Amino acid sequence: MDIIIQALINGLLTGSYYGLAALGLTIIFGVIKVINFAHGSLLMVGMFAAYWMVRLTGWHPYAALIVVVPLLFLFGYALQGILIKPILEGQRDVREPTEVIIVTTGVWYILDNLALMIFGAEYRVVQTSITGQIFMLGDYIFPKAQLYGLITTAVTAGLVLWFLKYTKTGMSIRAASLDRDAASLMGINQYRVYNIAFGIGAMIAGIVGCVLIPFYYVFPTVGVIFDVKCFIIVVLGGLGSIPGALAGGVIVGLIESTFSQYMTSTWTELIVYVVFLAVLFIRPAGLFGEKRDW
Amino acid sequence: MPLLDIRKINCFYGDVQVIYDVSMYVEQGEIISLIGGNGAGKSTILRCISGLMRAGSGEILFENTPIQNSRPEKIVERGIIHVPEGRRLFSLMTVKENLMVGANNSRAYPQRNETIKDVYKLLPRLQERETQQAITLSGGEQQMVAIGRGMMARPKILMLDEPSLGLAPVLINEIFQTVRKIAEQGTTVLLVEQDVQNSLGLSDRGYVLENGKIAQEGTGRELLDNPSIREAYLGI
Ligand SMILES: Nc1ncnc2c1ncn2[C@@H]1O[C@H](COP(=O)(O)OP(=O)(O)OP(=O)(O)O)[C@@H](O)[C@H]1O
Ligand SMILES: [Mg+2]
Repeated sequence: MDIIIQALINGLLTGSYYGLAALGLTIIFGVIKVINFAHGSLLMVGMFAAYWMVRLTGWHPYAALIVVVPLLFLFGYALQGILIKPILEGQRDVREPTEVIIVTTGVWYILDNLALMIFGAEYRVVQTSITGQIFMLGDYIFPKAQLYGLITTAVTAGLVLWFLKYTKTGMSIRAASLDRDAASLMGINQYRVYNIAFGIGAMIAGIVGCVLIPFYYVFPTVGVIFDVKCFIIVVLGGLGSIPGALAGGVIVGLIESTFSQYMTSTWTELIVYVVFLAVLFIRPAGLFGEKRDW
Repeated sequence: MPLLDIRKINCFYGDVQVIYDVSMYVEQGEIISLIGGNGAGKSTILRCISGLMRAGSGEILFENTPIQNSRPEKIVERGIIHVPEGRRLFSLMTVKENLMVGANNSRAYPQRNETIKDVYKLLPRLQERETQQAITLSGGEQQMVAIGRGMMARPKILMLDEPSLGLAPVLINEIFQTVRKIAEQGTTVLLVEQDVQNSLGLSDRGYVLENGKIAQEGTGRELLDNPSIREAYLGI
């Protein structure tokens, strides 16, 4: 029993940062209707930034957020504004132009290979001030770094939802995500809105990178692991749904942690896919549907 | 000098021309009808004015400034507001949110809280529905939100694309009453309609569009009395 509860705790903690990573992807999809294949690479950039920050200064890994948050926001903003916008402009009538997939895939390859050139292929870990620390609640163990991850997820998701619901820019983003042309007719510059949405998605990937650094290896292709998980989670939760991304993340986290008590991790992966397919079979639009909730 | 002056515009979808040398103008304070059958090109003209698409040639002047190459948000900023065909509300946002998004342009935004009071006075039903999601409203209510959302932008000219489309006769009346009130309060109106009787009855002047060309123009009365129009559009 205790083992199961501990496994559930672990699953929730892991699932929360999965969910956060997926949140970044789902926002970009929800607003711009494009899939960002460079999402994991942006996460990797965030991880390397946090890694070097800790290595060089010994500061708390979350101090890297001061750099990573604006850096990745601007990176995402520019990526959309410079590379993706011309495609969207040229193909106004196409809902999801394939060229965008090619561009974001290109960015993924470029970023991963740049990291490989600069940092080499080795797996790196860094001893942060919270690495290995735990917090006990009764008999149950909460690794501090993961617990911070859960809190970061809650805070980030809360801020994003608040931003979308109550700020002028947030309302413009929601409006453009629901009807591009109607948003233009309200005087909303849709491309600026897309830049901001992409910036937010990239920023979130970077935040997850910082969260991971105390307990995860960093290497140039680390993003691929998260790409695959994020795609599953986003589709599972319902494309574009924020609660769907968070719930989907937790579901995947729970499956991995509980089933890994009984089988090897390759098998837990398989179970994730089985659940994924089962959900899509029953609810093709994902758990929370395509109906957007923000 | 007209408020809005359209000079010989030609519009294309790909290689297909749908608007041929259309010229029309709207004076400050007028209600102008643009009528014509399905596919005549009415919506296309509005889309060109609001910048959703570019005219292939010709000029569109607003307050004497060419706007045919401006982006839609710049055109909104100038005070030209297009309420599109089929309402196009932000379906999952509430009525109030839809209205507030309407005030997005920098001219209207600082005054949004006053403007919304005026809009609620004009369309009291919207205040009752304030917190309801737009998608859950009836067709008539949705059209009122669409008009209210347009008014939130503080238009100098409000362009309405078939506001009566698909509504029951009582509601159609209510919509035309609202249009009249909007005009009385000083907003210029360009009304695209297929309800020829009601729209010409309300308008100072009108244009009849056929196959992308202006076939007739005149005062509302003249057009209503015109035998060919009576036959083609009123079935009399
Ligand atoms: N996106 C498009 N691509 C290609 N052709 C189009 C497009 N939109 C409209 N058309 C064509 O342009 C012509 C004019 O269309 P438009 O929508 O302006 O007509 P309308 O007068 O508004 O008609 P309705 O009363 O049915 O709304 C039609 O022949 C239509 O088929
Ligand atoms: Mg039309």
